[in-house]
Amino acid sequence: MKRLIQNISLLLTVTALLASCHKAVVDRTTLYPALAPANIDLNADSWKPVLIKDASVFNVPAPDATTSPAYVADLNEIKAYQSKLTSEQRATIKYWSAGAVLRWNEILRDLVAKHNLPPYQNADGTYPIPSAANPFAYPLFPFSNPPYAARAYAYVSAAQYDALIAAYHFKKLYNRVAPYTFDANIQALVPKSALPSYPSEDAVVSGATVEIMKLLFPGDIDYIEQKEAEQKQYRIMAGANVRGELNAGESLGTQVADVFAARARTDRAGKAIGTPADWAALQTKTTARGETFWLSQESPLRPPMLPLFGKVLPFLFDTLTVAALRPGPPNATNSDAFKKEVAEVLSYSENPTREHQAIVEFWADGVGTYTPPGHWNAIAADEFVKQNYSEVRWARNFALLNMAEMDAAIVCWDTKYFYFNQRPTQANPKIKTLTGIPNFPAYTSGHSNFSAAAATVLSYLLPDRGSKFNDMANEASLSRLYGAIHYRSDIEAGMVTGGKVGQYAVQRGKTDGAGN
Amino acid sequence: MIKFLHLFFTRYCLATCCIFAFWQTAQAQTDADALMIPKNYFCTGVVYTHSDWKNYWEGTFKRSNANIGTLSSNAFTVVGNYGVTNKLDFLFMAPYIKTNASQGTLKGQSGVQDLTVGLKYLAFNTEIGKGLFSIHAIAEGSIPLSNYEPDFLPVSIGLHTKNLSIRGLANYQVGRFFVAGAGQYVFRSNITLDRNSYYTDHLIYSNQVDMPNVSNVLISAGYRSLKLNVEGIVSQTTTQGGFDIRKNDMPFPSNRMNMTTVGGLAKYSFEDITGVEVTVGGNYVVRGRNVGQSTNLFASVYYILDFSKKTK
Repeated sequence: MKRLIQNISLLLTVTALLASCHKAVVDRTTLYPALAPANIDLNADSWKPVLIKDASVFNVPAPDATTSPAYVADLNEIKAYQSKLTSEQRATIKYWSAGAVLRWNEILRDLVAKHNLPPYQNADGTYPIPSAANPFAYPLFPFSNPPYAARAYAYVSAAQYDALIAAYHFKKLYNRVAPYTFDANIQALVPKSALPSYPSEDAVVSGATVEIMKLLFPGDIDYIEQKEAEQKQYRIMAGANVRGELNAGESLGTQVADVFAARARTDRAGKAIGTPADWAALQTKTTARGETFWLSQESPLRPPMLPLFGKVLPFLFDTLTVAALRPGPPNATNSDAFKKEVAEVLSYSENPTREHQAIVEFWADGVGTYTPPGHWNAIAADEFVKQNYSEVRWARNFALLNMAEMDAAIVCWDTKYFYFNQRPTQANPKIKTLTGIPNFPAYTSGHSNFSAAAATVLSYLLPDRGSKFNDMANEASLSRLYGAIHYRSDIEAGMVTGGKVGQYAVQRGKTDGAGN
Repeated sequence: MIKFLHLFFTRYCLATCCIFAFWQTAQAQTDADALMIPKNYFCTGVVYTHSDWKNYWEGTFKRSNANIGTLSSNAFTVVGNYGVTNKLDFLFMAPYIKTNASQGTLKGQSGVQDLTVGLKYLAFNTEIGKGLFSIHAIAEGSIPLSNYEPDFLPVSIGLHTKNLSIRGLANYQVGRFFVAGAGQYVFRSNITLDRNSYYTDHLIYSNQVDMPNVSNVLISAGYRSLKLNVEGIVSQTTTQGGFDIRKNDMPFPSNRMNMTTVGGLAKYSFEDITGVEVTVGGNYVVRGRNVGQSTNLFASVYYILDFSKKTK
């Protein structure tokens, strides 16, 4: 019996040891340093905005005089917080200090991943459509598939950018110093900035974001507003803004975002899902050209994803340019070139290497992820944190990237539904895929459009990275061939078009007054 | 009578029952029975396991999926069991697994999965009443034998964790009838994905996944004679954490995978100790969460060799 007790205690000791050696997973975004801009970009009020014309038309009343009881009360609020900061509050400061544009971009990516789930079928084999009017009922609104996500990233980034440009106008107009500069008894728990602090750039960003998000993710407003409140509290606790500066910023952000929300309501994205008549017409049109039309590879057959997204209003060019950017037709189904392409896909399907599997998985960005545009936002964020940008430059660079991504989605979707061609698995059912097959036509590859557009913009913004982004874009594009869901020509044509769309953003960047 | 019962502990080889009740979690039955192999005897064999499911649970929502059809796994597992002493056995197993989805476009995967090695120790035995009571302690470790892809469920061949587990087993046998109960706790290492972000209930920017530990309890009862063993087994596997698959989402390695299985097995020895032994068995998942409702069937042939110096 004594032996037994010894044995049991030995086992328990080993168990305790094992339990203690479990390693915690470190999220790399938690390691981002506090934002300490190398240049505060004081001239950003003269940069070219996306939609707003004249910042002075917005209503930002003069701040309370620094001698007023209201301002003194605001300062005392900071001191009260700073006298008894909890470790949780310090963690909040650390999190948000990485930057408002960055953290809101991450929050958006999170919501995209949360909502990137195709609806489950009805009992009769049809599919329910998410409704913005009832976002909490299944299927939850939205289904943030790649085009939806690309548009969301673009509106949020562009609204943040314009809102910050407007904020700079008022910052310079009122020229209010930060609380930590004004009052020696207030500590700066974030790197100090010489930028005037009224209205707060952090609150401008959150105000704009929250207002746009009411349209894009109406079911998550509670969560988003909780984040906004947390961010405001962070600025106060950090001694970086008084409450009055935050309220003015939020109000300005909301006003600017309303300009974007008005555009979003009429940009034709709401009708992109089409009607059963639209879906049928795609088939007849393709048959009339003597071609094989696309069929959903899902069971039950799912209607095509956002067939009218190609009609959405782009940011960087007009709708005529969308048609002009459309590449020529894919290889005809009865051509030798097509047969050769199908055979190539089959060979990748039948002989997967572990290296190819890894590439396919790395770039899959399918169901339940932040989508390819989100992936490029994550790649950009990892690079931008090294650059010590100001908030306004963060916003401008994300706006350039994400307007390119949205417009790449528009051009790509226009092409996909213009030709409405079949996927490799439809052409040859022997082809099995190494990742989920997207529910829309093959030509041209969405990954290739998104990746080439993003790589073009990022290579312009960060020329010292050399071919890094283009190499990544090539790999992302080829992953779709390795995964046996695209022909090589989908990728090659998609890369060309995506690169052209990216160039429109580069041209804008060259002339927007922000420099490189 | 009691002396006769002692023979049962040094009777059988191992019955490996690989359970592939969704995402290919291999489990060996042999580490959960009260049978020991005598000193210097070595038992080796091959187990064939077939597993398939058509229905699965996304969280608690049970469904089928016409884009998967029937997900089947076929595995051949090489197993071995060596008697270090009469009270201590060394065991190992390593499966080759191939998966297939009968519908949809997803390509099945195949490869050598994980090597499991274990020590099984007869810690205590005594006579109680007319029967024999024993306690066994089993410690096991497993490591992936190949660089297979865990992040393509449900067709991945495994989860690619390194595991360490401990199991306690109590057995009571009267005459030819026995009951046994066992509890196991499995520590699982993090795994590394090929991508550098993934969504659980929020986005995580890392290629590392925190894999929750797993516990298992089982009860078995049946008949044991010198040549024949027949038993029924009920088992509950519970993941200590993890998250639910959302509606129409893909499964993920760190899902909360739970299951209750009901099954049984029969073993027959052709010779007294050395020689051929065959085992057949199976089980069915009666209740689950984030797992497939699989039916698992296995059949194995073992050969027992005597390495002790004495000659016949």
